[in-house]
Amino acid sequence: MRHRRRTWIPGLLLISPSLILLAVFVYGLIGWTVNLSLQDRHNARPAKGYVGLDNYTKLFTSDINDRFTHSLKNLLVFTLVFMVGTIVLGLIWALLLERRAKAEGFWRTVYLFPMAVSFVASGVVWRWLMNTGEGDNAGGINAIFHGLGLGFLESPWWTDPDWGMAAMAVPAIWQLSGYVMALFLAGFRGIPEELREAAVVDGATTFQLYRQVLFPQLTPTILSALIITGHMSMKMFDLIMSVSGAQWLTEVPAVYVWQTLLTRDYAKAAAISVFLLLIVAVVVVPYLIHVNRSEKRS
Amino acid sequence: MSTETVAATAPAATAPRRGGPAPRQGLPKPVARTIRYGLLVVFVLIVLMPLYVLVVTSFKSGREIGVNGQWNLPETWTFASWAKAWTALGPSFGRTFQLAIPVALISSLIGAANGFVLSRWRFPGADVVFTLILFGMFIPYQAVMIPLRDVVSWLGVAPGIPTLVLVHTVYGIPICTLIFRNYYATIIPEELIEAAQMDGAGLLRTFRSLILPVSVSGFVVTVIWQFTSSWNDYLFAIFLSNTRNGPITIALNALAGAQSPDYAAAMAGALITSLPTLLVYVLLGRWFIGGMMAGSVKS
Amino acid sequence: MRLSRRVAALAVAFGTMFATVACSSSEEPGEGTKKVEVFTWWADGGEKAGLDGLVGVFKTDCADYEFLNGAVAGGAGSNAKQVLASRLQQNDPPDTFQAHAGAELSDYINDDQLEDLSAQYTEWGLTNAFPKGLIENLTVGGKIYSVPANIHRANVLWSNKTVLAKAGIAKDATTLDGFFADLDKLKAAGVAAPLALGKDWTQQMLFEALLISKLGAEKFSGLWNGATPWTGAEMTAAINDYKRLLTYTNKDRDTFDWTDAEKLLMDGKAAYQLMGDWEAADLDAKGFKDYGWSVFPGNGNTFQWLADSFVLPKGAKNADGTKCWLKTVGSATGQAAFNQKKGSIPARTDVGTDGFPAYQQAAMADWKTATQVPSCPHGSACAQTWQGAVGSAQGKFSSDGDVAALQTALASAAAEFGPKK
Repeated sequence: MRHRRRTWIPGLLLISPSLILLAVFVYGLIGWTVNLSLQDRHNARPAKGYVGLDNYTKLFTSDINDRFTHSLKNLLVFTLVFMVGTIVLGLIWALLLERRAKAEGFWRTVYLFPMAVSFVASGVVWRWLMNTGEGDNAGGINAIFHGLGLGFLESPWWTDPDWGMAAMAVPAIWQLSGYVMALFLAGFRGIPEELREAAVVDGATTFQLYRQVLFPQLTPTILSALIITGHMSMKMFDLIMSVSGAQWLTEVPAVYVWQTLLTRDYAKAAAISVFLLLIVAVVVVPYLIHVNRSEKRS
Repeated sequence: MSTETVAATAPAATAPRRGGPAPRQGLPKPVARTIRYGLLVVFVLIVLMPLYVLVVTSFKSGREIGVNGQWNLPETWTFASWAKAWTALGPSFGRTFQLAIPVALISSLIGAANGFVLSRWRFPGADVVFTLILFGMFIPYQAVMIPLRDVVSWLGVAPGIPTLVLVHTVYGIPICTLIFRNYYATIIPEELIEAAQMDGAGLLRTFRSLILPVSVSGFVVTVIWQFTSSWNDYLFAIFLSNTRNGPITIALNALAGAQSPDYAAAMAGALITSLPTLLVYVLLGRWFIGGMMAGSVKS
Repeated sequence: MRLSRRVAALAVAFGTMFATVACSSSEEPGEGTKKVEVFTWWADGGEKAGLDGLVGVFKTDCADYEFLNGAVAGGAGSNAKQVLASRLQQNDPPDTFQAHAGAELSDYINDDQLEDLSAQYTEWGLTNAFPKGLIENLTVGGKIYSVPANIHRANVLWSNKTVLAKAGIAKDATTLDGFFADLDKLKAAGVAAPLALGKDWTQQMLFEALLISKLGAEKFSGLWNGATPWTGAEMTAAINDYKRLLTYTNKDRDTFDWTDAEKLLMDGKAAYQLMGDWEAADLDAKGFKDYGWSVFPGNGNTFQWLADSFVLPKGAKNADGTKCWLKTVGSATGQAAFNQKKGSIPARTDVGTDGFPAYQQAAMADWKTATQVPSCPHGSACAQTWQGAVGSAQGKFSSDGDVAALQTALASAAAEFGPKK
């Protein structure tokens, strides 16, 4: 027993600096933010005292124009479109490339390259592509639709009051579908070859092969893709700031935090941040526990 | 389950080619092939469309620049906007290297050490600790941003690049740890570690002499990952730095968001900003794809 | 290609890039420097020209110091304010920064981020150089914290003469009804969106100009000091008129900065734009001659003012250099050099009209006689928290046109952020 203890102590020592850093910078600062969110610090001067959960309840009861609820709605639309979009497109690309296409490396690199670009840089061009002019004034993608005689497809993009956030997800889908494709490719290649062979010997059609044999094997991949795209979308800030700037139409909680900080309402900004963290935690923590358990089982 | 994804990690490029019988096709082969490559080409065109607009606009001048004629090629090609963009972005371009290179190296090294310990030199409660580390990867950074400024200035870290190096390194630890843990879990046989322990070789010596030499592929992945994410970051940058001492995303945003923005210069600036990360992807993409898969938390 | 060769290729590529930038020197001002970092949002156009004029005077008057341009571009300073807020948070203030005089400045004063300049006012003889009303607006708790550089007028309606002539409009409207009639004429003449408009704060400006017409100067000022309620029927009527006004504007307004809207005017796609008088300098700088101006119809002789002022932040690295900058800003030569280019008028009353373009000479005369009202989007009427709430409400209205919701939101904003009785 003594020998075993000796062997794990150095391991703990080696990672302890990281643990301390993360304890401070992740959990410590979260604690600090939570603490701040319970106080009445609505300007740069020190707080006068604690107000319980007031800052949270006010977000839902007395926020002017229900601004916070509106930002949550925007986030929901954005998240759904973004997740479905990247997964559908990523899956299609993975299917096209899965059985060793010619020049596979080329296709893969092209599909993946948007991921290398920052949202700030791609925002510069997407602002143009999603130009809202229509008809003869059309620019960007609308001009292509117009030119192709598909005028009915022309869209006000992100300025549409109801579905604007769906348009805002388009650049994000462009950016991250390649990543999801890569996840699916890995998933496909992780499926034992015998499974395919057995199915083929049984006389399965291509469709049946995918539907009944391969897709069920991809559940963990899809789960990863959902978690990764989902948590990215919760944090979405750069893209919105560079395409539309901070404004009502496209406000999500991450942007709202920024706007609130600008007007020096620190406690309210903290409350929104913590709420955002809670949404992420509700999804991610069970997932991490699930991953942990299934690893132990195997 | 963890092995399968990791098997596709860095050595993905050398994965054996698949043979075996082909499934019965629903469509005649040439037709299916035409559809397949047709789709691939269409998607490539769609994906490259924004890049096309960026490039052609950046070479335009005067009246040609505008939303309406944005699909046309420039009538006269000019580098003037590139020069203007470079003047605006040059200083921050250099600073961003000073940011991204240390971040990539330091957090990778820390990640390798952590990953090694958590995969093979485990201690009681390691699973809980690992989960706690991983959670750091998912937090919305807004939740730490407000006190973060105070903490770094209390620590006496200089504003601008030094602060950002610290912050990106710390928040990069979770993902680097994850990638290396999954990587080591597949490439290092348990027996090797046991032998080393029997041998009395210390942890550090084992890590240095046995593990690090076979970690190159893991490093490629984490270095690229950290390099790109700190290069492309805007959130930390806008909270913790400014156009005077911050990275290129801040400078680009100032260039592109000006009151009378020079669109050609903004587009040239976007290209300049993206050049280093694009080079990384194009040259090392093959190794990276595999690595990203490991970067995903999989079950 | 093998991995190692690719890594080598990348290293070479980065090495080259790095070498090209290595020589570009850092602009970071150190401690004990001679540099004075002046933080503004005057990055281009007429604003930049004005700043350059001021810097010219600074170079001769303060030869010991060096000007360092800390300008951050972005509409009406919204980007700059974001950057400034984070720099003040990081205890990394610029040596001096631009702030709107009035309520907006009080945010910084309340948060204890500015040095008292009362002694300098006496020393430099500024106390009597500025109009009394302006000094009152700058004084908080008996102390003065900033030096105003200029006065701008916000309620000016700019027009494209050719477009107006084509529609047969020869005279500027002086009432709101007359304005609506002109807008209808323009529409009938084929100008689909005769009133050019941009996003957030430009919409706030248009709304305020309309409020001045509907409520009159006194009641309008009362909105900001608590004397006029936001809930009355008059306000409902005003919002309805504003909604009607929006129907004459470009639908893509929420994607436009004020300069994009200005381009619509220059291109003849719109006939009018409501904008502050910095537009004159900007139009001049862009070589567009064919413009006319009038006060917004129905505003009478009301002068909606805003002033840019400079401050000495606590913790400035070069306080002496900043003081020299502030002295230049407050001086008659400095104000003349600055304002002739910037398109604004001097805050000092003793600067001659010689050398000023036509528009500004008219404005200087107006400033002396007009009824003065403040502006919320430009900080003279309301603090930043209030400004933010109003901006958000206007943004919502621009997309859904819900009159009742806008009125409720404006009333709640005033109750939450306005003066407490």
